[in-house]
Amino acid sequence: MIALGLFNYWAVILLMMVGFYTLIARGNLVKKLIGLNIFQTSVIMLYVSMGKVAGGTAPILVEGAEHVVYSNPIPHVLMLTAIVVGVATTALGLSLVVRINEAFGTVEDDELRDESL
Amino acid sequence: MDDLVVLRVGTKILIPFILLFALYVQFHGDYGPGGGFQAGVIFAAAYVLYALVFGIGNALRVMPAKVVYACGAVGVMIFVGTGFVTMGLGGVFLDYNVLAHEPSHGQHYGIIAVELGVLVTVFGVMVAIFYAFAGRRRLDP
Amino acid sequence: MSQHLPVLIVVVPLLLAPLAALVGNWKAAWIVAAAASWWAFGVSIALVRRVLAEGTISYEIGGWAAPYGIEYRIDLVSAFVAMIVATIGAVAIIYARTSVRAEVSEDRGALFYSAFILCFTGLLGISVTGDVFNIFVFLEVSSLSAYALIAMGQDRRALTAAYQYLIMGSVGATFIVIGIGLMYSMTGTLNIADLAERLPAVADNRTIPVAFTFLTVGITLKLALFPLHLWLPNAYTYAPSAVTAFIASTATKVAVYLLLRFFFTVFGAEFSFEQMQLDKVLMPLALVAIVTMSLVAIYQDNVKRLLAYSSVAQIGYMVLGISFASVLGVTAGILHLFNHALMKGALFMAMGCVMYRVGSVRLERMKGLGKKMPWTMAAFVGGGLSLIGVPFTVGFVSKWYLVQAALERGMWPVAAVVMFGSLLAVIYVWKVVEVAYFQEADPDDDIREAPLGLLIPTWALVIASFYFGIDATTTADIATRAAEVLLGVGP
Repeated sequence: MIALGLFNYWAVILLMMVGFYTLIARGNLVKKLIGLNIFQTSVIMLYVSMGKVAGGTAPILVEGAEHVVYSNPIPHVLMLTAIVVGVATTALGLSLVVRINEAFGTVEDDELRDESL
Repeated sequence: MDDLVVLRVGTKILIPFILLFALYVQFHGDYGPGGGFQAGVIFAAAYVLYALVFGIGNALRVMPAKVVYACGAVGVMIFVGTGFVTMGLGGVFLDYNVLAHEPSHGQHYGIIAVELGVLVTVFGVMVAIFYAFAGRRRLDP
Repeated sequence: MSQHLPVLIVVVPLLLAPLAALVGNWKAAWIVAAAASWWAFGVSIALVRRVLAEGTISYEIGGWAAPYGIEYRIDLVSAFVAMIVATIGAVAIIYARTSVRAEVSEDRGALFYSAFILCFTGLLGISVTGDVFNIFVFLEVSSLSAYALIAMGQDRRALTAAYQYLIMGSVGATFIVIGIGLMYSMTGTLNIADLAERLPAVADNRTIPVAFTFLTVGITLKLALFPLHLWLPNAYTYAPSAVTAFIASTATKVAVYLLLRFFFTVFGAEFSFEQMQLDKVLMPLALVAIVTMSLVAIYQDNVKRLLAYSSVAQIGYMVLGISFASVLGVTAGILHLFNHALMKGALFMAMGCVMYRVGSVRLERMKGLGKKMPWTMAAFVGGGLSLIGVPFTVGFVSKWYLVQAALERGMWPVAAVVMFGSLLAVIYVWKVVEVAYFQEADPDDDIREAPLGLLIPTWALVIASFYFGIDATTTADIATRAAEVLLGVGP
C-alpha cells in the first residue's frame, strides 16, 4: 500500500514517460512538440503535488481565522513561470514547424532528412 | 459570416463581460489570487474571440500588428522601469516600500505597476502569436 | 549607484532589448544593442575588480532577505564568467553590424538585435544569480532567444537545426527543473548558499542522488558533452555568422559554469566526486569527446561544421579539467573557458568574413583565399594555432595546466590523450590552411579582403588570444582563485 500512497509520483512518472517516449519515437515534428508539452506538464504536476499540505487550504489570509493550515504556495508560483516558459517554447516550436513546412514541404523527420542531404 | 446572427450577437454581448472579468482579475492581483498573467490571457481571449467571429481583417483594423508587437515590448519596459524607479527613490531593485510613505501602500502600488506591465506584455504576445498563425496563407497544394 | 551594479548588469540590457524591438529600424536597434552590451562589458569589469578587492557581493532583489527573496550573489567564478560573456558580446555586436546586414533580411534586423540582447541578458543572468529557479528562468530566456537567432540563418536547414536545438534544449532545461524540484522537496529552499548548507543533512535520502542525476543529464545536454552534443554541429553551421561566433563562445561556457556551480557549490565536491563518483562518468566521456570529435572534424568539408565539431572536442578539455576535482584541474577548466571563448570567437568570426565575401564556407570555395583575403586567413591561422596549443597562445596555457593536473594525479595516459587531441587539431587546421594558401584560386572571381567592420573585431580577439597567451598571469591568477573558491580551500 506504500506504493499507492505515492500515487501522485506514479502519475508524474507515467506522464513524463508518455511525453518523453512521444518526443523520441515520433517522426512528426508536431507530435514531437506535443510530447514535449506532456513532458513539461508532468513537471508541473510534480511541483504542485509537492506543495500540497495534508488538510491545507489556499494560502489567503482571512481575518479571525487562526491555526489554519495552508498549502505551500511557492511551488505553484514557480510553476506559473514554468507554464509561461512552456507556452513560449511551444509557440516558438510551432512557428519553426510552420516555416519548416513552407521551406521543405514536409514535417516528417525522415523525409526532412532526405531533403537536407 | 453575415448569416451567423446568433454567434455575432452572442459575441458582442460576451466581450464586455470578458474584458471586465480580466480587469477584475488584474486588480485583485495585488493581495489575492489573480494578476497580470491571467488577466492578460483573458484579455487576449476576448480579443481572439472577436477576431474569430468578425474576421482577422476587422481585428487588424482595431489593433494593427505593429501595435500588438509594441504592447509586448512596452510591458517589459513597464516592469523593468518600475525597478528603475524604486532604485531612483533610494531602494534596491523592485523594492516597492519606497514607492509611498507607508511601506504597505508602496507594496500595493508596486505590485499593481508590475502587474500592469505583465498584463500588457502577455496580451501583446498572445495576440501576436494568434496573428502570426492566423495571418498565414495556406500553402498551395 | 555602485551598490546596484550586480543587478544593473542584467536589467539594463533587459530594458534595452524591448526598446531595440520598438525602434523598428535596424540601425537604431543596433545602437541600442551596442549600448546594452558595452554597458554590460563595463559593469562586468567593475564587478570583477570589486570581487577581487572585497570578496563575494550579495544583492537582495526587492529588499527581501536572502533565503526567502531572490538573491544575486557574485563570487569570483560568476564575475569571471559574466566578464567572458560580456566581452564576447561587446566584440560580437560590433561585428554583427556589418555581418548581419549581409546575412539577415533588413525587416528582421530590429528583431534580431532584440533577440541578441535577450540572449545576452539571459546568459549574464545565469552567471550572477544566486537562486536556482532564477537560473532556470534565465536559461530559458537565453535558450529561447538563441533558437530564434539560429532560425534566422540564410540556409533553410537553419530551421531544422533550430528545431532540433529547441527540442533537445527544452528537454535539458526540463531535466534541470526536475532536479531543482527534487532538491526543493527535500530542503524547502531555492537559494544556492542555503541549499549548500542544508543538503548534507539529507544527502543520505535517495531523492538527492536522483536530483543530482537529473541535473547532471540536463546540464551536460546544455553544454553538449559528447553523447549529448547532437544539436550543436547543425546549429553552429547554419546560424548567421555573428550568432555562431557569439553563441559558440558564450552559451556552452555558461553551461560549464552551471556544472561548476551545481557540483561544487550546491552539492559540494565531496558529495559529487566521492559519493556519486561523477569523475568516473565525466572523465571517460571527456576523453572520448576529445578524440572522436576531433577525428570527425577532420572529415568535414564545411569549415563552420569543422569548427563546431572541434568545439565539442574543446568542451571535452574543459570537462576533463573539472573531472580531476583538484585545484589545478578546475583552474585548467576555468582558464580554458576564457581561452576557448577567445579563440573560437576569432575563428568563427574569420569564417564570417569568408561568408561575407565568398558566400559559402565550404572548403572547395576557399581555394587561394590566403592571397585574396590575407588578413582574414591570417586571423584564422592565429586562432588555429591557439586551437592546437602552440606556445605563446592561450591554447597552450590551458593545455599546460591540464597536462599538469593530469600528471599531478599520476594519470599520464590522460595527458597523452590531451597531446593526441592537439595533434588531431593540427590536422584539421592544416586542412583549411592548405586549401587557402597552397591551392590556386579561380582567376575569374573577384574576391576582395573583408571590410574593416568585420576585420577589427576578429583581430581584437586574435590579438587578445596572443596577449593572454604570452602574459597569462592575470587570467591564471583569477582562475586559480576561482577554483579555490569552488573547492572551498584557501582564503
